Amino acid sequence: MQTFLQIIANGLMLGGLFAIVAVGLTLIFGIVKVVNFAHGEFLMVGMYLTYLLTSGLGVHPYATAVAVIPILFVLGAVTQRLLIQPLMHARDEHIQIFATVGLSTALINLALLIFGADIANTPNYGVRSQIQIGSVRILEGQLWIFLAAILLVIGLQLFLARTNTGRAIRATAQNRAAARLMGINDRFIYVLTFGIGAACVGFGSALIAPLYPTSPTIGTYFVLIAFVIVVLGGLGSIPGAFFGALIIGLVDALSGFYIGSDLREAVVFGIFLVILILKPSGLFGTRVSQAHVSP
Amino acid sequence: MLEVRNVDAGYGSTVILQDVSLRVEEGEVVTIVGANGAGKTTTLRTISGLVTPKTGGVFFEGEEISKLQPHAVVDRGITLIPEGRQLFPDMSVRENLLMGAHRRDARGVRSETLDEVLGLFPRLGERLDQHASSLSGGEQQMVAIARGMMARPRLLMFDEPSLGLAPIIVEQVFDVISKVAASGMTVLIVEQNVWHTLKAADRGYVLENGEMVLDDAADALLENDHVRQAYLGI
Ligand SMILES: Nc1ncnc2c1ncn2[C@@H]1O[C@H](COP(=O)(O)OP(=O)(O)OP(=O)(O)O)[C@@H](O)[C@H]1O
Ligand SMILES: [Mg+2]
Repeated sequence: MQTFLQIIANGLMLGGLFAIVAVGLTLIFGIVKVVNFAHGEFLMVGMYLTYLLTSGLGVHPYATAVAVIPILFVLGAVTQRLLIQPLMHARDEHIQIFATVGLSTALINLALLIFGADIANTPNYGVRSQIQIGSVRILEGQLWIFLAAILLVIGLQLFLARTNTGRAIRATAQNRAAARLMGINDRFIYVLTFGIGAACVGFGSALIAPLYPTSPTIGTYFVLIAFVIVVLGGLGSIPGAFFGALIIGLVDALSGFYIGSDLREAVVFGIFLVILILKPSGLFGTRVSQAHVSP
Repeated sequence: MLEVRNVDAGYGSTVILQDVSLRVEEGEVVTIVGANGAGKTTTLRTISGLVTPKTGGVFFEGEEISKLQPHAVVDRGITLIPEGRQLFPDMSVRENLLMGAHRRDARGVRSETLDEVLGLFPRLGERLDQHASSLSGGEQQMVAIARGMMARPRLLMFDEPSLGLAPIIVEQVFDVISKVAASGMTVLIVEQNVWHTLKAADRGYVLENGEMVLDDAADALLENDHVRQAYLGI
């Protein structure tokens, strides 16, 4: 029982971490209708920034969020404006996918050039210390990530539901042609949304960097799981991404213990395939795939 | 107020409108009559900035607007209520109406505008918290019109507002349009229901195969032989 509770706790903490990566991905997909294959590399860039700022300035890694979030916002906004937007009128939507795959490769190679293949360890300022809650032990940093993920999801939902800008973002996603007729600058909305999605993963980077060693390919690991989560939760659904992340976190932890840690990923991707076959709209999904961008 | 001057426009390399010109003066109700595929929607889309003229230009209050993005045209005070309603399906009626007031000049006064507009559409007042997609076709058309009015435009354009509605609802839609016009709003309207529209309009244009073939006072068009034969079936 003790072990089981510990595994559940580990799974939930892992889920919180996955959630904070997946939320920005699902936001970009849901609104801009672009699959951002460079999302993991945005995380990598954010983690290197956290590493550099923490070790260079001697500040707490969490404090670097003040700089990392806006820098990642700009990275996302520039990606949309300079890479995706010029391709919006391309005949084949898949060209946008190739573009983000290309960006992902470029960012990995840039990181290899600057930092080499060695891992970079961000000073952790004590967030790797264990805390005891009842009979389970978790890392302090994991708990912060979990709470931050909850805050992020609630904050984004409130922003989209209650603010003028949030409403304009939803309107553009639901009917782009009509949104333009309301006086909404659709291109600006896409740039803004891509920026917000990247800023979310920037927020995550500052929290994740002190727990995980940073390397040029760190993003690849996280983003594959994030894709599974986004599909599981329903493409574009932010609460879906959160609960999907918790489910995948639990599955990962339970299968790692009861089936074998070599097979965890096989189980996670097995679930991915089953969902694609049985319920392609995801657990929380509505009718996303039909809502495509009109020309 | 609005002038479309010698416009050629279309989609990609296909030219739909050829040398189209029209004017709308402040306070007027003007209609464009034409068969299916004549280019009426394309004309309204060109004024809205959704289609860019290949030659010629669109001028609003003396300034060229044909190179502006659609959202900038809305900011100038021209709002199009599009064919087929085009509501935001997963938003409530209230949110749809608020989106109408996104335009900068309208945002600050949107609660006052909402009250005014609900005065014209009392039925919508009872449905504010319902999803737009759950409304009947007639109610959805009312939302589309009310949403257009929320922008407080200087020029309001209607594209086929009565399309696909039951006769009794068509009456209601025209009733609302007459009220809007009577309030002093400048209106440009495209309609299949030619007789009804000419009755409500001051002037009309006849568009055939992308070319303006006739323009006259609405009363005169109602008496015109060609119009009577081709569009009124008399
Ligand atoms: N997006 C588009 N791409 C290519 N051609 C188009 C497009 N929209 C309309 N057309 C073509 O342009 C022509 C004029 O269409 P338009 O919609 O302006 O006609 P309309 O007068 O509004 O007709 P209706 O009464 O059927 O609404 C038609 O031949 C149509 O096939
Ligand atoms: Mg039409």
